[in-house]
Amino acid sequence: MEIGGVMAVVVELITGRTLDQGATVEEKLTEEYFKAVSYIELNEEDFKQLNLKEGDRVKVTTDFGEVVVFAKKAELPKGIAFIPMGPYANMVIDPATDGTGMPQFKGIKAKIEKTEEKVKTIKELLEAI
Amino acid sequence: MQDIVCTFCGSVCDDGEYDLKKKSVKKFCKLGSSKFAEKERIKAPMIDGKEVSYEEAIDKAVEILVNAKRPLLYGWASTANEAIRLGVILAEKLGGVYDQCASVCHAPGTLATIEEGIPGGTLGSVKNRADVVVFWGSNPMEAHPRHGMRYSISAKGLLVKDRKQRKVIVVDVRPTKTAKIADIFIQIKPGYDYAIFSALRAIISGNADAVPSEVGGVAKEKLIELADIMKNAKYGAILYGLGVTQSRGRDRNVENAIKLVQLLNRTTRWIIWPMRGHYNVVGAGEVPAWEVGYQYAIDFSRGYPRFSPAEFSAVEVLKRRDCDAALIVASDPVAHFPRIAVQHLKRIPVIQIDPYPNMTTLVAKIVIPSAVYGIEAEGTAYRMDCIPLRLKKIIETNYWTDEKILEEMLRRVEKFKG
Amino acid sequence: MLWIKNGIVVDPKNKINLEKMDIFVKNGKIVPESEIKKGDCRVIDASGKLVVAGGVDMHAHIAGGKINTGRTMRPEEMRVVRNIAGKFRASVGRVLLTAPAIGYEYAKMGYTTSFEAATPPVSSLHTHEELDSIPMIDKAALPVFGNWHLVFKCIEEKNIEKLKALLAWAIERSKGFGVKVVNPGGVEAWMYGGNVKNLDDQVPGFGVTPREIITWLIRANEGLGLPHSVHLHCNNLGVPGNYQTTIESIKLAKGFKNEKRQVLHVTHVQFNAYSGSSWRDFGSGAAEIAKVVNSMDNVTIDMGQPIFGHATAMTGDAPFQFTLHKLLGARWSNKDTEVETGAGIVPIGYLPNNPVHAVQWAIGLELGLLTESDKVALTTDYPNGGPFTEYPYIMAMLMSKKMREGELKKVHQYVQKATNLPSIDVEKTLYEVIHMTRSLPARILGLENKGHLGIGADADIAIYNLNPLETDFSNEFEKVYKAFKVAEFTIKGGEVIVRNGELLKEVYGRTFWVDARKKVDLEVVMQDVKNYFQYYSLQLSNYGVEERWLKKPERLEVV
Repeated sequence: MEIGGVMAVVVELITGRTLDQGATVEEKLTEEYFKAVSYIELNEEDFKQLNLKEGDRVKVTTDFGEVVVFAKKAELPKGIAFIPMGPYANMVIDPATDGTGMPQFKGIKAKIEKTEEKVKTIKELLEAI
Repeated sequence: MQDIVCTFCGSVCDDGEYDLKKKSVKKFCKLGSSKFAEKERIKAPMIDGKEVSYEEAIDKAVEILVNAKRPLLYGWASTANEAIRLGVILAEKLGGVYDQCASVCHAPGTLATIEEGIPGGTLGSVKNRADVVVFWGSNPMEAHPRHGMRYSISAKGLLVKDRKQRKVIVVDVRPTKTAKIADIFIQIKPGYDYAIFSALRAIISGNADAVPSEVGGVAKEKLIELADIMKNAKYGAILYGLGVTQSRGRDRNVENAIKLVQLLNRTTRWIIWPMRGHYNVVGAGEVPAWEVGYQYAIDFSRGYPRFSPAEFSAVEVLKRRDCDAALIVASDPVAHFPRIAVQHLKRIPVIQIDPYPNMTTLVAKIVIPSAVYGIEAEGTAYRMDCIPLRLKKIIETNYWTDEKILEEMLRRVEKFKG
Repeated sequence: MLWIKNGIVVDPKNKINLEKMDIFVKNGKIVPESEIKKGDCRVIDASGKLVVAGGVDMHAHIAGGKINTGRTMRPEEMRVVRNIAGKFRASVGRVLLTAPAIGYEYAKMGYTTSFEAATPPVSSLHTHEELDSIPMIDKAALPVFGNWHLVFKCIEEKNIEKLKALLAWAIERSKGFGVKVVNPGGVEAWMYGGNVKNLDDQVPGFGVTPREIITWLIRANEGLGLPHSVHLHCNNLGVPGNYQTTIESIKLAKGFKNEKRQVLHVTHVQFNAYSGSSWRDFGSGAAEIAKVVNSMDNVTIDMGQPIFGHATAMTGDAPFQFTLHKLLGARWSNKDTEVETGAGIVPIGYLPNNPVHAVQWAIGLELGLLTESDKVALTTDYPNGGPFTEYPYIMAMLMSKKMREGELKKVHQYVQKATNLPSIDVEKTLYEVIHMTRSLPARILGLENKGHLGIGADADIAIYNLNPLETDFSNEFEKVYKAFKVAEFTIKGGEVIVRNGELLKEVYGRTFWVDARKKVDLEVVMQDVKNYFQYYSLQLSNYGVEERWLKKPERLEVV
C-alpha cells in the first residue's frame, strides 16, 4: 500500500532467538553480533512489494518507536515479520507488561517502508535511546 | 577433560569434551562452542572507564548501593547458585529490589504455576516415555540445538526406542527450523494460542460443537486431529517457549495450556514444561524462592520480601524510574530491555559484574570483571527441568568469581549497616 | 562452657524423670562436672524450669524441589512476615516457610534436629543447597528407593548383594541418611496413569510387587546395618479402607531383628489408617493399627497429625496427589523424575466442620494415644498435616483428656461415631511425650548423640518455662501449650541461640550422611548402573553430590 506517497506494508512483528544471535550474545560489541541482530526478515511477497533487494534497509515503525534495519527475505507467512531479539527489536516492541512484568516482545503491529537511512551501530543506537 | 557441563542454554548438556591445548570444546552445539571459545574479556575493574583494583571498585560500588534509596539488583540467570544466594541476601540487606532474567522470559509460567500448579516432569521422562512431543511457541533447533537429540526428538529411551515411535509436533506462527524437522507443523496466527488451547480443551472434553470452523487461523478439522493425537498418546509432553509467554495473553496462555494438560491426565499421561533459556535461570528463581519465598520481582524496602510483578519487575521499576542505582550481574538489560527501560539505566549509576563487555558495559559506571562459571569457576546450576548439575573449573584464572565479589560486597554492606 | 543449674530434667533415654540436676556443657557436648570449671561457665539458672534435649523431628518436608515448588505455587503462604531483616534474616511464611524461617521457628520451639523426609536421588544437590540454607538445626535427607528402576532390577534378579551395593552407592551419591520408600511401585504405575492397590500388584514393566520391594529393601537395609531402618510411606495413602494395607505392610517386618532399633518405621500413619469403603462411610482404623504395632517389637510409627488450618499436601506419592487434585478441584503440581520417582503438590486445608477432616484429626490423636509411647513419634508430616510449630498443641492434647473434650466440641460430630477418640481416657505423661519428641525419634533414626542429655550427647538443649512438678498437665493445658510453643532457652551445640522467642545468635548445623560403602563391593552393581544410565538424561560422572559442596557435612561411617 502507499502511505504518504511511499510504499509501505503493515506486518505483525515477532522478535526472538536465532542461532547466530545466540552464538554472539557474549560478544555484543563485535561486528558479528551487529550482523546477527540488525535485520528484519520479511515474507517474499512483502519483500517484493517494497521493491527491496538483499542488503537494502527498511524503517520499522510501531506505536512505540522506530528503527532502521537491514531487510532479508525469509520463509514467513505473508504479513508476519521477524527481528532477532536485541537492541534493534527493543526499539519498537511494546513495553507494556499488563501487570506481569513482561513486555510484549511478540505480536506488534508494525509499518515497514524502504529507506536510505543508515542502520545505526550498536553504540550509535545506544546513544540515541 | 570429559563430561563438561555446558553453561549456555537451559539444556545444560553435560557430555562435552574440553581440549586443554586448543582451549575449545567438542560435542557441544554452536551456542555451547561459542560459550567455551575465547573472546574479548573485560580486562580489569573500572570506575568511569579508569582501571582500578577489585577492592576499589567494590568499595565504590557498595558506597553507591548503600546510599541509594532503592537499588535494583538484576540478572542472575547466567551465574551459579552460590552467587545468586549472595545476591538475594544483598538485596535484602540493602532494602532494594531483586529481579532476574525470567522477568522478560518465562516468568509468565511462574504466574501460571501460581494459578494452576505445574504438572511436569524431568527431561529423562520425556526421553524415556514421550511418544508425542509438542513444541509450542518454541524453536529448540535455534535456541536449544541439542535438546532434540538428547531429550525430546531423536533421543532414544526406555519405551521410545526409535525416532519413528515418537510424533513431534510444532505449533508456531512461522515455519521455524524446528518446524522443518517435525512430523506435523501447525501454523497459527500470532496471539491466538489461548483460543487454540480453549478449543482443544473443548474438543477433548467432548464439547467440539462449541468450537467454530476456524480458530486462530487453524481449521477445526486440524484441531480435532491434534486433539485425537493428544488423547491417544501414551505419554505426551508440551514443551513451550517464548511464543507463548511473550505474546498477547502471556501467563494466561500458559495457564490454559496447563488446564489442557490437567484434562489430558484424566485419561492418559501428559506433562508440560517450559523451555528455559539460560543455563541457570532456574537457579535464579529457585534460590530466592527458598531464601525469601518468591522467584522474581521482589522488593525488600520494608525489610521483608514482597512479590509483585506489576510493581517490582525490572522493566516496570525502570519504566517508572523507581530505582536510583542498579547492580547488574551476568546479564545485559541494555540489549534486552525495551527502549524506555534502557533510558533509565542511562540515567542512574549502574554497577556491572560480568566476564564479557556487552551493551550494559557501555552505560555502567563501575565494571567488575568476573570468572566464567563452568570454565574458570565451580558452582551449582539447575538445568531447565530443575536437575542440579555441578559446573566444573577447567582452567585457572586471576579473575574473581561472582561469588567472591558479592561476598566482599556483602561484607562491606553488613559492616556499614552495623 | 555452660552450666545449666538446678533444672528439672526429663531424659527418657537415661531414665531420668523429673529430677533436679545440673547439666554441664563443653565444646558442644554434654560433659560430667569434673570436666568443667564452674567459675569459667556461663550460668543459666533453670530453677523451677523443665530441661530436656532439643526436639528431634524425624519426618518433615523442609528442603528440596517439591518444597520449593510448593513455595512458588503459593505466594499466599509466603506473605506472613515473621521477622524483619536486621541482625537476622527476614523470615516469612504461614505454614510453608522460607529456609531461614524454618531454622528460626524450629529453634524458637526448642527443636534442634530435623530430617527431610524424601529426596529424589538425582536432585539431592538441590535438597542439600536448601538444607544448607536452613540455620540453627542439624539436618539430613532421606533419598527415595521405592520406585527406582535400579532397585526393581536388583529385586527381579533376587540379588541381595547387588541391592545392598546399590543402596550403599546411592546413599553415598545422594549424601543421604537412609532408605525411604514412598508408595512402592505405585509411582512407577503412575507413569502409565495408574497406581497400585495391593501389595501383590505387579509394577508395570517390571516383575516386582510392592510386597517384594518392601521386604527386599528391609533385608538389604538390615544387611548393611544402616543406622536407620527402612522408612515406609505405605501404599494406598488417603484411600478409605487403607488401614488393612497398612497392617499388611507392618507385618512384613516379621522375621527381621535388630538389637538397637526397629527394622521398619511406618510414617504419617494417620493418612493410612482409614476404615470404610468410601468417603461416605469413612472412619478410623487407628485402633486396629495400634494393636498390631503394640504387639510387635520391631516396628515404629509416627503420627502425621492434621492441624486445623492451612496445609500443603506434598509427597513423592504422585498418583495420590493427582487424585487429591481431582477430588478437591485444587491446583496441582507434578514432577515425574527420571527413572527414580515422582512427586505431587496440592494446596489443602483442614476444617473442623468438615466431617472427613475432623475424622483425620481424630485418627492422628488416636494413634498417638493408643500406640505405646515407645513406638510412636510425634509429627504432622509437615506440611501435609500442618505446621510443625503446632507440635506443642499435639503434646498438650496427648497429655490432657479435658483439652481433647474441649476440642471435640468444636469439630464435626461425625467424629463421635466414626472414631474412638471421645472414649479414650489415656493421658500420656510428660515423660512419654518427651520420649515421643526426643529420645524415641533419635533412636529410630540411629542418632546416638541426639535426643538425650547423657554424657557425650550433643549439647542440644531446650529449657521451658514450665515447672513440671507444679503443673497439672490434665487441666492446665493452655499453660502447657504456651510453654512448649516458645522455649525459654534453646541451646544448639552449646551455644545459646534463642531466648523466649527472641533470636540471639545464628548458627549453622551439620548435615549428617551415611557411608556404608565399606560393607559392600560396589563393583557388584556398577556395571548395571552404568548400563542403565543410558536411560538417564545426564552422565553418570555428573551424578551425585561431593562432600566438599556441603557447608558442614558429617559422615557417619557404617562398619
